[in-house]
Amino acid sequence: MKIKKFKERIIESLLFICAVSSIFITLSIVVVLSYETFGFFKEISIVEFLTGTVWTPLFEPPKFGILPLVTGTLLTTFIALLVALPLGLMSAVYLSEYAPHRLRETVKPILELLAAVPTVVYGYFALLFLTPILQKFLTELSGFNALSPGIIIGIMIIPYVSSVSEDAMRAVPMHIREGSYAMGATKFQTAFKVIIPSAFSGIAAAFLIGISRAVGETMVVAIAAGMMPNFTINPYEPVQTLTAYIVQVSLGDVPHGSIEYKTIFAAGMVLFMMTLIFNIIGFWLRKKIREAY
Amino acid sequence: MVRDSIKAEVKNLNFFYGNVQALKNINLDILEKRVTALIGPSGCGKTTFLRCFNRMHDLYPHNRYEGSIILKPDDIDIISPNIDPIEVRMRISMVFQKPNPFPKTIFENVAYGLRVRGISNKKVLAEVVEKSLRGAALWDEVKDRLDKPAFDLSGGQQQRLCIARALATNPEILLFDEPTSALDPIATSKIEELIVELKNNVTIIIVTHNMQQAARVSEYTAFMYLGEIIEYGKTEKIFTAPSEKLTEEYITGRFG
Repeated sequence: MKIKKFKERIIESLLFICAVSSIFITLSIVVVLSYETFGFFKEISIVEFLTGTVWTPLFEPPKFGILPLVTGTLLTTFIALLVALPLGLMSAVYLSEYAPHRLRETVKPILELLAAVPTVVYGYFALLFLTPILQKFLTELSGFNALSPGIIIGIMIIPYVSSVSEDAMRAVPMHIREGSYAMGATKFQTAFKVIIPSAFSGIAAAFLIGISRAVGETMVVAIAAGMMPNFTINPYEPVQTLTAYIVQVSLGDVPHGSIEYKTIFAAGMVLFMMTLIFNIIGFWLRKKIREAY
Repeated sequence: MVRDSIKAEVKNLNFFYGNVQALKNINLDILEKRVTALIGPSGCGKTTFLRCFNRMHDLYPHNRYEGSIILKPDDIDIISPNIDPIEVRMRISMVFQKPNPFPKTIFENVAYGLRVRGISNKKVLAEVVEKSLRGAALWDEVKDRLDKPAFDLSGGQQQRLCIARALATNPEILLFDEPTSALDPIATSKIEELIVELKNNVTIIIVTHNMQQAARVSEYTAFMYLGEIIEYGKTEKIFTAPSEKLTEEYITGRFG
C-alpha cells in the first residue's frame, strides 16, 4: 500500500516537472533577453534606439536606430496581410458555408499543407520565381524588395487564417444560420451579414495568429528582401526585418559581449514585444468568443 | 359565420430524410387568419411538417418532398422544385424554438428582413421596425435602446424580438416551432397572448409540446403520430370529443 502511494507521488512529481519546465524555459528566455537588452541600453540611449532612422551597428560609424527594422517588419507584414486576410477569409467562407461536405474534407487538409512547406523553399520561391515575374510588370522593382516576400508570406499564412476562421464560422450554431435563411436571405447575405459578425471574435483571433506569424517570419525575408535596413514604406525597395537582422548577425562572427552582439537581443526584445502584444489581443479575443452564445 | 377561407392546401405530402420517410401522405387545409396547432409525441414529424412550409429542409442535402403545398390565392406549389425557396421564405416567416437573434442591434435585427430585400431607406426602416416591435408587444420595453445589442435582452424579450423580425416582412403565414419551450411561464403567457392577437392579421401554424398551449391559442388542431395526421379539426372538438382513440389517449396523457 505504501509503495503504491509512493509510486503515485513519483508520477505526480514527474508530471509536475514536465509542466513547470516549459514555463521555466519561457521565463529564462525572457530573463536572458531582458538582461542582455539591459546591457545594450547601458551603452546606447533608449531614445536614440527608438527614434533613430539609421541602423548600421556593424559599420563605422555605428548607428542604432531600430526604426528601419521596425518599418521593414511592418511593411512585409502589411503586404502579407493584404494577401492573407481577404484570401484566407474568403476561403473560410467558402469552406464553411458553400462547399459540400466531401469537398471540404478534401480541400481543408490540402490547404493546411501550405503551412507544411519549409519556409526556406518559400524564400527561394519569392526570390527566383515571383520577383522576376513581378519585374516584368513593375520595372522599378529591385531584385531584392519587400513586395515579393510580403506576398509569399501572405500565401504562407493563408492556412492559419482560413483554418481558424473556418472553425469559428462553423461553430456558429445552426439555428442562427436558419434564422437568417428563414428571413429570405441568400447564402451570400447569410455569410456576410450574420455568420461573419457572429464569428467575429474567432475571425479576429485568426487574423492575429496570421499577423504574429507574419511578424515572426524569418527565412523568406532573409532570402528575398535584401538584408538592407531601409527606413521606407516603398515596397519596391530592399528592406530588412527584425528577424532577418537577427539571423544576419547570428550567422556572422561578432564577438560575444560586444555591442554588436547585444543588438541581437535588443532587436529580439522589440520583436518579442510586438508578437506578445498581438498574442495577448488574440488570447483576449479567443476568451470572448466563448461568451458569444 | 362566414366560412373560413383556405390559405394553404397540403396535398399528399410525403417527406424523406434520405431513405427515411418522415411524413406520410399528409392532407389538410390551413385556414386563413386562424391559428393551427400541430401536436403529437416527440418524433411524430410535426416540426418536420412545419419546416416544409418555408422549405427549411432545402438547407440540408438528401432531403426530398413529394406531393404539394398550394399557397392561396395565387395557387403556387411552394414545395415544387421550380419554386425558389427564397421566394417562399419571403412570404412565409418562422419563429424558432430557441430565440435566435443575430449579433446586431435590436433595430438591425428587426430590419434584417428588409435589408436582405434591398430596402435601405432610413424612414421606411424606422417605420417598419417600430410597427413590428409594437406588433410583437416589445416596443415600450426597447424604444430607448434600439441601438443596443439584441443579446442584452432577456430570453422572453429575445423571442418577441424574433417575432418582430418575422413580422417586419409582412408574411402571409407565420410558423412557430415550439416558441415557448425555452421560456419561463410569464414570458410564455406573453407570447401566447401575442399569438392570439396576431391571428387577426396573419395565418399562424404552431408546433407545440404543450397541449394546454394548443388549447389556449389555436382554433384548429392536427394530431400527428409517426409521420401521419391522425386527426384534424376544431381545437375544441379535438380536446373534448376526439373521434380517434389514439388522439384521446395522447390528450389524456396516456402516452407521449
